[in-house]
Amino acid sequence: MLVELAHVAIIAACLAVAVFYGRYMARVFNGDSNLLTPIIRPVEKIIYRLCGIDEQREMSWKNYLLMLICFEVLGIAFFFMLLMLQGVLPLNPQGLGSFRWDTALNTAFSFVTNTEWQVYSGERDMSYLSQILGVIVQDFLSPAVGLACSVALIRGFVRKNFDTIGNFWVDVTRIVFYIILPLALILAFAIASQGVIQNMNPYVTAKTLEGAEQLIPGGPAAGLIAMQIVCEDGGGFFNVNAVHPFETPTPLSYAFEMCIMLLVPASMCFAFGEMIRNRKIGWALFGAMLALYLLSSPFYLYPEFQGNPILEKLGVAGGMNLEGKEMRFTLFEDMIWTLTSMCPANGSTLVQHDSVLPLSFMGILWNIVVGAPIFGCWGEGIITMLYYFILAMFLGGLMTGRSPEMAGKKIEPREIILAAVSLLSSSLPTLVFTGIAISLPLALAGLNNYGPHGLMEIFYNYASICVNNGSPAAGLTTNTPFYNLTIVVGMAIGRYSTMFTALAIAGSLAKKKIIPMTAATLPVTSPFFIILVVGTVIIVNALQFFPIMMLGPILEHLFMQLGRTF
Amino acid sequence: MHTKTYDLWQSDLIRAAAKDSILKLNPRALWRNPVMLIVEMVSAFSTVIAVYDLFTGGDFRLNIQISIWLWFTVLFSTFSEALAEGRGRAQAESLRQARSEAMANRLLGDGSLEPVYALDLRKGDLVQIGDGETIPSDGEIVDGVALVDESAITGESAPVVREPGGSMVGVTGGTRVISGLIKARITANPGETFLDQMIAMVESAKRQKTPNERALEMLLVGMTLMFGVVVIMLVPVAGYMNVSLSIPILMALLVCLMPTTIGGLLPAIGIAGMERLLRSNVISLSGKAVEAAGNVDVVLMDKTGTITLGNRMATEFIPAEGVRIDDLAEAAMLSSLADTTPEGRSIVELSKSVLGIRGRDIRPEEGSAFLPFSAETRMSGINLEGREIRKGASDAIEELMKSYACNVPEDIRAAAEGIAREGGTPLLVAEGSRVLGAIRLKDVLKEGIKERLSNLRKVGIRSVMITGDNSTTAAAIAAEAGIDDFIGQARPEAKLEAIRRYQNEGHMVAMIGDGTNDAPALAQADVAVAMNAGTQAAREAANMVDLDSNPAKLLDIVEIGKQILITRGALTTFSVANDVSKYFTILPAMFAYSYPMLNVLNVMQLSTPTSAVLATVIFNALIIPLLIPLALRGVRYTPSSAEDLLRRNMLIYGVGGLIVPFVGIKLMDILVVLLHLV
Repeated sequence: MLVELAHVAIIAACLAVAVFYGRYMARVFNGDSNLLTPIIRPVEKIIYRLCGIDEQREMSWKNYLLMLICFEVLGIAFFFMLLMLQGVLPLNPQGLGSFRWDTALNTAFSFVTNTEWQVYSGERDMSYLSQILGVIVQDFLSPAVGLACSVALIRGFVRKNFDTIGNFWVDVTRIVFYIILPLALILAFAIASQGVIQNMNPYVTAKTLEGAEQLIPGGPAAGLIAMQIVCEDGGGFFNVNAVHPFETPTPLSYAFEMCIMLLVPASMCFAFGEMIRNRKIGWALFGAMLALYLLSSPFYLYPEFQGNPILEKLGVAGGMNLEGKEMRFTLFEDMIWTLTSMCPANGSTLVQHDSVLPLSFMGILWNIVVGAPIFGCWGEGIITMLYYFILAMFLGGLMTGRSPEMAGKKIEPREIILAAVSLLSSSLPTLVFTGIAISLPLALAGLNNYGPHGLMEIFYNYASICVNNGSPAAGLTTNTPFYNLTIVVGMAIGRYSTMFTALAIAGSLAKKKIIPMTAATLPVTSPFFIILVVGTVIIVNALQFFPIMMLGPILEHLFMQLGRTF
Repeated sequence: MHTKTYDLWQSDLIRAAAKDSILKLNPRALWRNPVMLIVEMVSAFSTVIAVYDLFTGGDFRLNIQISIWLWFTVLFSTFSEALAEGRGRAQAESLRQARSEAMANRLLGDGSLEPVYALDLRKGDLVQIGDGETIPSDGEIVDGVALVDESAITGESAPVVREPGGSMVGVTGGTRVISGLIKARITANPGETFLDQMIAMVESAKRQKTPNERALEMLLVGMTLMFGVVVIMLVPVAGYMNVSLSIPILMALLVCLMPTTIGGLLPAIGIAGMERLLRSNVISLSGKAVEAAGNVDVVLMDKTGTITLGNRMATEFIPAEGVRIDDLAEAAMLSSLADTTPEGRSIVELSKSVLGIRGRDIRPEEGSAFLPFSAETRMSGINLEGREIRKGASDAIEELMKSYACNVPEDIRAAAEGIAREGGTPLLVAEGSRVLGAIRLKDVLKEGIKERLSNLRKVGIRSVMITGDNSTTAAAIAAEAGIDDFIGQARPEAKLEAIRRYQNEGHMVAMIGDGTNDAPALAQADVAVAMNAGTQAAREAANMVDLDSNPAKLLDIVEIGKQILITRGALTTFSVANDVSKYFTILPAMFAYSYPMLNVLNVMQLSTPTSAVLATVIFNALIIPLLIPLALRGVRYTPSSAEDLLRRNMLIYGVGGLIVPFVGIKLMDILVVLLHLV
């Protein structure tokens, strides 16, 4: 009971901090002076001068998008070249070779699109230089870009009769310096104090008690892990991710890391409320996210606590399904960590997702396919939730006899269509790629399981990359040109459809007037409206994925009841 | 307000609609409804497969039944559209009939008359219309006064006066002159009259889709594509799972998941909305305006004629100290006997009731002399038997008293000021040099206006009154009627300025007008309703014309606008909620042969996989005709807050939409098994 209560307390504490952190973020986005201005402002100014950025010059949405595309293309090209030339570049004490081209392309896209899908093994394939200049740099740039888009979208709601939505370079700079670096610094010190390593040493070879040789890796883990947790990368410095004792050494580090996973995504709701000068709307957005978070939790906990009837019959572990669980923590802690890290597409794992029971696997899948609106990763969470608000508002507006309007902005066909396109462009490619992969022997060759479980693994794979989650299901060998390239396409569609639509909607909203509220306006803060939003999220996703869920986890669960596994 | 009611299921309308619905299956006609076009293509494909089965020994019996029901899904949709169109057309035709055979007398340049067919009249032609003749087309009176029977259009049996100059110049084709001789200038070419435009609004092929309708349609097409991908992707997945799927069953799944309920009824909802508007005697010249009416949050209206009856009425006598109220009443009555203005008559009425005289015709004695109201004296009165009774505005009476070297008593002066402060107009009555007392003249609100305004407020609409009165008077009337805001001492440009100001603040403004100087304001307003009796300029600037010339009609327009949106939203919610149950019937059925354990998802305990599929397809088709009455009538709308409406409609159509198909499909399943259809 104590553990459960402690978790409620951790999450509550995180969310309480989010309320105030959101206000701080709003000040940063607005360029108002804040707590950190005295320290950071001089650095910020120097950067603008060095890069020749005119802080005051704002951009139209098209310019904003153009800058963003340039930035992303450069980022991908740089990272790609870094990996292709890794073998000849310095800071490579292990003498690791260069990447194959498709793996390099996949990795470059993966980090620039904030997916953090890893087909390589961190400590075995990537040099310190690639980790630092590639992974770490993109770790804070890619979420910063995502967050910048959401800030632009919020400005669309806030402004009236405006042509511009902000300055891309200024937004990214501020997010990096005022939000990411301070948070990462705090977390890095916090977890380093708990024993997470931070060095540049070559790996150490140790003899185990059984006499076997074990390679113990070194590296700048604390900094990287802090960054990865803060920025919802979850890639993991080590291949086994948070399970590695150097990543999550103690319960306290567990608490720090979990708390900070939800912080920025939750704070964005409050930042929205602050910027639009209506804190209630921030609470409405947050309420919808929290409701979806809580609604997913039974999927994670109930099946695992029910155990596995097959194990029960065998008399193993009291029927508990402990395969792939981190036994330093309790089952409850493992599953809550999984839920909490899936929501913001963090993907930092304590549990081998491939090994959980079918119905909890469905829970994980559910969080992946629903994707961003349950807190979600930086920027994408709030953007997607706003899209669901727009869709629900369209339906709710119709049901109350009014053309839809949200926070004073009239929602017209253009916005509704863009929002719907964005939502479908992460889910439909998932289905299409799954369909293609499952009918190609080439792709099935990478499958280690068969039957409904194999189906799930392929589906998980594409769902995870199309919503830029990046969490792997394991059990599927994906480092082949087919998977690497389809995954690049999936990641690109998932990421850039959201950004493009966010900026396009921001541009058209900023131009509009603000309509005053009347008794006939459906307030987004109304509890019934929030129920409608939550219902919309559930129905839209359930209708798309019910068939595959039925043939995957549900069927597997039914087979398990009959004593058959895959 | 008079409305003509039609029987929803009038048999000749049904027959015509049934015929039309088959013609509408033509893909070129169905093009305007993409969701149903896709269903038609799917049905055709499924039929081909079924016929192929006949020769190759597939499950012809099931597949042809599925195909037939898929065809019915399309047919029911086109039927609903044809029925809505038919009813709209019948409504419009009944208005047009009177005019088509009519003859007209065209006035030629030399003043002579030339008989022509009404249908040949062009814009700008002058016609002469005499007693008992039908007005051939829409026009404006240029000369003469006539008593016109407009019952053919408005259903109102009392004839109305139409005269040139002012706000009662418009005449409508198809109405009849009872008495009088008028010359009218025709204002519309054949095929361009308001009625012709209205008929186009209820004909699907010519109807312009409104922005919300287009957005919804795009969304429905998006959902269709989404389900298309979901269903097509089932094929490789099933292949991987070693299950072979029957194509007609896949098609059945696709059509059942597609939003056919709302997609099928969408055109009918729009047409039926226009038809309901027509039935309440409003002709809308744009569908967009009707939809915008649902969004209006500010209404501008004239005080006179809209909020108050045209005239002020005497409501109270206030005698001066030492004067009996009867004396005051008698004096007031005598001074007003010859006064034929409505105010004068109302004073007589009030006096009679104060004095207890009933129905008796009171005539002044012989030899008495009336002084009619004149602009110089600003008084009227009577001289009889040496009495000099005068009544007039308080400052006029004060002047009169000064001429007698007297003063108006303090109490009366205070009473007069009080009356003015409360929005009334004080009249003082004096006999000789003695002031008898004051009469309170007051604006009288139209019956029911308060309720209507409070209903407007409930749906979030601010009412703004425009009046030439001073602010004190305007404020008092506004307070009494429950008006939210007023613009007093308004010049003609004030309306336009007010509309612009509200629009800049983000409001959607509706305006009702009749006069020529209302035209710019009408053109600026988002929803502009012109009175049919109004000037041509007003009617052209407006986007709706109210045939009854009843300004309170705006509330009906707002309600119809909202109803159209609500009906669309409710049926969309219903349609989407229905999908949940369809997954639970068709999907387990598709895989149950290979994976019998999936039968746990067959929560309705449907008899066999094939009966489950057939029952779902039948339910999916039959729900469309079952909902036609709702689509044509519109979802019930009661003025209430947005939250209440949302709660109510979500419960009925959202939760209902989840439950109804479970029951319906189970019933169909029982029937299918009973009838041995599978």
